[in-house]
Amino acid sequence: MKSLKIWSWIGFTLGAIYFLLPLLATFEFSLRARRGVYSFDAYQSVLGDPQFRETFAFSFAAAIATIIVGALIVVPTAYWVRLRLPQARSAVEFITLLPLIIPAIVIVFGHIRMFNTSSMIPLLGTVAGTNVLLVFGYAVLSLPYMYRAVDTGLRTIDVRTLTEAAQSLGGGWITVLGRVIFPNCFVAIVSGAFLTFAIVIGEYVFAALLNRPAFGPYMVWMGGNKAYEPAALAVIAFAITWGCMGLIQAATRFSKHNMVKR
Amino acid sequence: MTDLVDAKTLPIERPQSQLWRGFMPWLGLAPFAIFVALFLILPTLNIVAGAFQSEDGSFTLQNLMDLNTPNILGAFWVSMKISFITALLGCVIGLLLAAAVTKGGLPPWLRDVTMTFSGVASNFAGVPLAFAFIATLGRLGLITVLLRDWFNINLASTGFNLISFTGLAITYLYFQIPLMVLIVTPALDGMKREWREAADSLGASGFQFLYMVALPILWPTLLGTFALLFANAFGAVATAMALTGSSLSLMPIVLFAQIRGDVLQNPHLGYAIAFAMIAITAVANLIYIGLRGRAERWQK
Repeated sequence: MKSLKIWSWIGFTLGAIYFLLPLLATFEFSLRARRGVYSFDAYQSVLGDPQFRETFAFSFAAAIATIIVGALIVVPTAYWVRLRLPQARSAVEFITLLPLIIPAIVIVFGHIRMFNTSSMIPLLGTVAGTNVLLVFGYAVLSLPYMYRAVDTGLRTIDVRTLTEAAQSLGGGWITVLGRVIFPNCFVAIVSGAFLTFAIVIGEYVFAALLNRPAFGPYMVWMGGNKAYEPAALAVIAFAITWGCMGLIQAATRFSKHNMVKR
Repeated sequence: MTDLVDAKTLPIERPQSQLWRGFMPWLGLAPFAIFVALFLILPTLNIVAGAFQSEDGSFTLQNLMDLNTPNILGAFWVSMKISFITALLGCVIGLLLAAAVTKGGLPPWLRDVTMTFSGVASNFAGVPLAFAFIATLGRLGLITVLLRDWFNINLASTGFNLISFTGLAITYLYFQIPLMVLIVTPALDGMKREWREAADSLGASGFQFLYMVALPILWPTLLGTFALLFANAFGAVATAMALTGSSLSLMPIVLFAQIRGDVLQNPHLGYAIAFAMIAITAVANLIYIGLRGRAERWQK
């Protein structure tokens, strides 16, 4: 037993070194911009770059739009499957897992072929249309995470009773969904939303192949042209990912806390 | 409510309205179905169909046969190799790490820290991850510099190069291992203490317990996660591109170049490459989905 514990510590320590060293190294590297001393010059240069602000704002907006589109599609569907179509459950779940099976680059390739200017739905003909396509593509990418998060959230509430209660008080479907189901699985939606945000904010393949000025292509461009700024960008990206995961945990904890009080 | 009224006032239409009632619930899936069809299923089918079409739209297998060039086969081979190796190492190392924090007698808070960190690290892929490893093991990276200054070891002269197969594998493991930890920890938690005690009381050694009880229970999870990690690495583009530029020819990178600039002359060859990628990840993941059901039986 004692040797098991020692081996566990050794394994854990090796793992910790492998996972923490790159973070430490990236941070250290990002401070090296000024010769001889550590400084935050790289961060200043990144944050002061108008291109950084524009691309980040673009990806931020895309992420918010993706979350809204994703929630509007996933929540009613997951709700409806739980309430009325349990027999469709495994089929819907399988479809939501497909974006993990089909590589993202293949999906965007299909989008480019299907929505080009000479097709029936020429979304790629205009800038606005391309942006719409980008958001729907991101909604596809986030589908596995969003659906699982929302479905798990719905599992904890009594969908049928809540629906019947709302309907017996005269609520229509819109009222049931908007004022009963949405608020009750809000925490689950928030979890899915932050995960979606973490995926979309630095996404590269979709944005690059659709030629959109997003944060991912900007980072790649910086990687090819600057020395220390990419490390600063990596630190910022890691902080965003960490922040998203932290907020998911906080939201989950908040909801548990809430339930105990009730 | 309305079909109830219909049924009473118009008894002749009853069979129809019952049919309608059976069909009604499916209409609720319409938004989801339209979304998935337009942006996931049809685009993919479009690619698959394109792989079997010639320039004038007639059926052909020529595109798939055209994949048989040293360039493309080489990229396939490298992609398969990197996916296989990082999936395998990810599974083994991830399992050991998960076992260390769940069953190894470490303080419980380490387990929470590991799980939270795994959630972050498994999502920390793409371009920033490549930057992180360049800052660590690149030409001016922290480890490279420290090895040179402290131990007088020149990493480059030992044959190590971050922009290589090995370097890419080390980088991929940064998201592969945490994904394994996330998936396998619940499975390890499902291993009941009683099973170990039962095995002990029957005189089993630690090795016998692992070999005859733990592994048979865990193997669907392990093999399934292996498939998922394989597909995960196989479809990754951004990390590889940011790390190696296009110096390492991987399948998704070849496809990326093809979509961008038709470097392969024949546009239908792009469809064939994409189709081959789907086929490979689909096989890997069908194994995963098939095995997940078997694994969940034990995770009560």
